[in-house]
Amino acid sequence: MDTTALLEAHHLGKRFGGLTALSGVSLSIHRGEIYGLIGPNGAGKTTLFNVITGVYVPDEGAFLFDGLKLNGMKPHRVVEQGIARTFQNIRLFANMTALENVMVGRHLRSHAGALGAVFRGPRTRAEEAAIRRRAHELLEYVGIARHGHALSKNLAYGDQRRLEIARALATEPKLLALDEPAAGMNATETVSLRGLLEKIRGDGVTVLLIEHDVKLVMGLCDRVAVLDYGKKIAEGAPAQVQRDPVVIQAYLGGALP
Amino acid sequence: MRYAADSLAHLRKHRSAVWISTGAVAFALVLLPFVLSSVGTAWVRITNLAILFAILSLGLNVVVGFAGLLDLGYIAFYGVGAYCYALLASPHFGLHLPFWIILPLGAGLACIFGILLGAPTLKLRGDYLAIVTLGFGEIVRIFLNNLSQPVNITNGPQGVTLIDPFKIDGLVFNRTDSLLGLTFTGPMKYYYLLLLLLIGVMLVNVRLQDSRLGRAWVAIREDELAAQAMGINTRNVKLLAFAMGASFGGIAGGMFSAMQGFISPESFVLTESINVLAMVVLGGMGNVWGVVAGALLLSFVPEVLRYIVAPVQEAVFGRVIIDPEIIRMLLFGLALVLMMLYRPAGLWPSRTRKREFDEAVHE
Repeated sequence: MDTTALLEAHHLGKRFGGLTALSGVSLSIHRGEIYGLIGPNGAGKTTLFNVITGVYVPDEGAFLFDGLKLNGMKPHRVVEQGIARTFQNIRLFANMTALENVMVGRHLRSHAGALGAVFRGPRTRAEEAAIRRRAHELLEYVGIARHGHALSKNLAYGDQRRLEIARALATEPKLLALDEPAAGMNATETVSLRGLLEKIRGDGVTVLLIEHDVKLVMGLCDRVAVLDYGKKIAEGAPAQVQRDPVVIQAYLGGALP
Repeated sequence: MRYAADSLAHLRKHRSAVWISTGAVAFALVLLPFVLSSVGTAWVRITNLAILFAILSLGLNVVVGFAGLLDLGYIAFYGVGAYCYALLASPHFGLHLPFWIILPLGAGLACIFGILLGAPTLKLRGDYLAIVTLGFGEIVRIFLNNLSQPVNITNGPQGVTLIDPFKIDGLVFNRTDSLLGLTFTGPMKYYYLLLLLLIGVMLVNVRLQDSRLGRAWVAIREDELAAQAMGINTRNVKLLAFAMGASFGGIAGGMFSAMQGFISPESFVLTESINVLAMVVLGGMGNVWGVVAGALLLSFVPEVLRYIVAPVQEAVFGRVIIDPEIIRMLLFGLALVLMMLYRPAGLWPSRTRKREFDEAVHE
């Protein structure tokens, strides 16, 4: 594994009024790894996630992605640099078909504008065909190609999660950031999600995973960071983090007898 | 993919049928003004205005139907286009520029106004956006009404008169000509011009809908944050919707000026904005054919009622009891209420809109 950092965060801080959601969080995500971010509810996981994807501007600190300083960049520009995300509460385009959802994900990597759309020359038609083909491939990749023409809101819950991943992959990310992808999934669905995430990593995409399902995180991630009250309290290999007394304290409110 | 293959085979089998029916419709549309003028010249004018409103509705459809941005001041762009034509081709300033300069100029000016309206309202949605756009429409109308002092630009409430008609070389559009033994009146010539324009605007709408840009608009309508997360520059894409919708309005306004020969601020009041919005909603937001059907229906029904109400009363009661003008709008309102009760997604809803309403009914 290439151990150079793809994303480096230095002393990130974010406050909402009097509430300090993040303070002094530094971490680095290596190329090609699956990096887990865990912590109790309200620990600042989603805030960190939103800072990284450009939804929030950090009050302190900076982060570098692939050598480029990203803080303050608008969400659509962050995606362009190669960080794609999914949402904790699924945010698909509900009244579009699964295929159309993924086609929207190709927006960034295609170019036809208003004139192209109106005159529909050979270049636009070729691009449109390529968008459709790629979207179809991605549906196959995540295993829901048979539902391509179904409305996204009519898909089963697990398939909606997969569709969100396909849509994010359509933007050709270097880093795929997933906000609780296993939330609400049953055991079988979680196992097959794990297979999908390993396949994505195998194809060269680095994965950042926020997850509540400790079993999934421990089994899947190469390295894990633990957040508590907006601070990073531990980082390292899953087995090591799991034994860390500070982590146990945070999760269970005290050392085990 | 299977659906596409099926429909392609289906299309091939019926290609000749498609050609024949298209030809028949085209033939009927060409003959229509002759039939209408045998009924009464007024009907050709009514048809022309109906087509003009269809063009206007298609412009608003880009903003409301595709991008989901509720615009209650749309008629302002129509006004901008109309005044642009009127001021540059009338004795008011003594300018008589040709239409092929003014129409694009009017479209461009309306486009700038569209961006002017769009830029400050980018963060607003729904009701809030509706209120700001309503205010914008009123501001434009009030300016048109009052820009007669200190320098007389718009000639105030009196409006602009003696606007030049369309002219292509020797062909003047408000004169009667005969060709191949057929008589073409002014309104008939405008009819053909407007019909061509309508077909062009419909084509633009259909193509936009099924494109990268069209998908981006729908994505913004569905979930703006998720659209941003897909790398869509929501600011630019929304402004583009405003600008394109406004340009269509500007072109329609220019046509209106040329056709009427006279305009005043009274043609660009709030009720007209609401009327155009009603055409889009009633026909079926987002669906090009639905919007055109809605515009034609809302333009024709009040006119048809005008000719029916009095004779029906005479036949039933022996005399006219209620003034036709009053009962006409009453019936029209009733028709709208019934429509919204029984076909809430519009006469001919777009695929996505229909899904939304079906869902709402089942919940």
